[in-house]
Amino acid sequence: MLHITDLHATVADKPILKGLSLTINAGEIHAIMGPNGAGKSTLGYTLGGRPGYDVTSGTVAFAGQDLLALAPHERAAAGLFLGFQYPVEIPGVSMVQFLRESLNAQRKARGEASLSGGAFLKLAREAAALLKLDPEMLKRPVNVGFSGGEKKRAEMVQMGILDPKLAILDETDSGLDIDALKVCGEGINAIMRRPDKAVLLITHYQRLLDYVRPDFVHVLAGGRIVRSGGAELARDLEDHGYEALA
Amino acid sequence: MTALPTRHDEAWRYADIAALPALWPITPEVIVVAPGDSASRTWVIERAAVHDIAITLGAGAQMTVHVLNAARGYGRLALRVTLGAGAQFDLGAAQIAGGDQTVEIVTEVIHAEPDASSRQVVRQVLAGRASGNYLGRVVVARGANGSDGSQSIRAMLLDRGASANARPELEIHADDVKCAHGCAIGELDADGLFYLASRGLPPAAAKALMLQAFLAEAFVGADDEATLMAAALTALEDLL
Ligand SMILES: Nc1ncnc2c1ncn2[C@@H]1O[C@H](COP(=O)(O)OP(=O)(O)O)[C@@H](O)[C@H]1O
Ligand SMILES: [Mg+2]
Repeated sequence: MLHITDLHATVADKPILKGLSLTINAGEIHAIMGPNGAGKSTLGYTLGGRPGYDVTSGTVAFAGQDLLALAPHERAAAGLFLGFQYPVEIPGVSMVQFLRESLNAQRKARGEASLSGGAFLKLAREAAALLKLDPEMLKRPVNVGFSGGEKKRAEMVQMGILDPKLAILDETDSGLDIDALKVCGEGINAIMRRPDKAVLLITHYQRLLDYVRPDFVHVLAGGRIVRSGGAELARDLEDHGYEALA
Repeated sequence: MTALPTRHDEAWRYADIAALPALWPITPEVIVVAPGDSASRTWVIERAAVHDIAITLGAGAQMTVHVLNAARGYGRLALRVTLGAGAQFDLGAAQIAGGDQTVEIVTEVIHAEPDASSRQVVRQVLAGRASGNYLGRVVVARGANGSDGSQSIRAMLLDRGASANARPELEIHADDVKCAHGCAIGELDADGLFYLASRGLPPAAAKALMLQAFLAEAFVGADDEATLMAAALTALEDLL
């Protein structure tokens, strides 16, 4: 589903990703772990197409397309979802309106009919219930006045509504207490653990991986993947730290 | 007004003087709200026009004015408002322009007697080489104690060539007066735009959504809020 080959990328002209290769197949859950500043968020933003994150060489194929040739909104329509480490607040724009317009823009790009207001609200309420988020919060401006944990849960609600093929979730576990961690973990499993979908979890703690069991774990350091293994690698990292393994 | 103004006239310093001969002469409009009464008015300016309006609010009177200035050409609305004791005046205005257009709102609000309040909210979206202006004077007359005047003026520039001029001015001759003004000129938040794009919104739709939120602050409380917003969105479509 996702095929990254020898990816080099710069942020504000500073090289951050330095030859990263990774293949994720449908049905798989991968975790990328690594110390602060390793380039984990940079990988997510680069795949999402954020302005200022420039690919200098390498290729990324996603669901049979050249991902790097697509604009950010086209990547979303192709089935990519980026869960933000720091979800952005947008005053004055209601969550419901934003998500409904986003979903319908994606559907339009894929040649599908747009959803009616009623059908959309049903979908939104189901996703909110799955993540135990008060559906009233979806009437509020995007992420404004949400606590850290609510923002992360709202990201997962968005994922549930948009129903992507591949979700890249950047530190979804940060800022969550134990109960919210469990809810988010179960939400990710319910929405994404399917034969035709895949997940890339970015985290530097093991704790989310207790709920969302990864099939593969990779260590990112210095802009490259320096080690790959199964779920047990995450435990080794937790016990021994990154230095010992990297 | 008979003679054509020039740029030396303070209130016309940013005007599109070249557009004036075709719009001249201007017929001033006079609005009087009797003591204790309330009134509201909306101006939607969609083609070149110069409006000159004098409003007098009697003691305890209230008036709410909403403006959408999206003139294709030079669009100007000048308001001279005189407030009696305890009167209340609210202005919510949006200006939207692209190309070479000049749009402007010029106000003079005179707190002639004590305890009146005036509130002005102006939101501008400017693209191309357009210029959007706000010249606003609040005058608190001698003895008009307890006056409360506010001006909140913000502009969003969509292109490098667009410009906004905001000049709020205060002239206070009384005590115990509360007057505040704030001006800000900015661009759309890039992080917000990427966040919206990452969910599938094309650039024009993402910008429109953020600008809609920005402009909404000017239309709060209008009877025809939805109509105004729909007209504003139509004007925005041409800029995005
Ligand atoms: N906007 C930016 N401008 C300049 N440098 C940046 C920017 N964002 C990230 N970096 C740098 O890129 C490196 C990787 O950052 P990041 O991808 O956020 O790491 P991680 O998510 O693994 O903690 C760090 O050295 C950081 O300082
Ligand atoms: Mg990070």
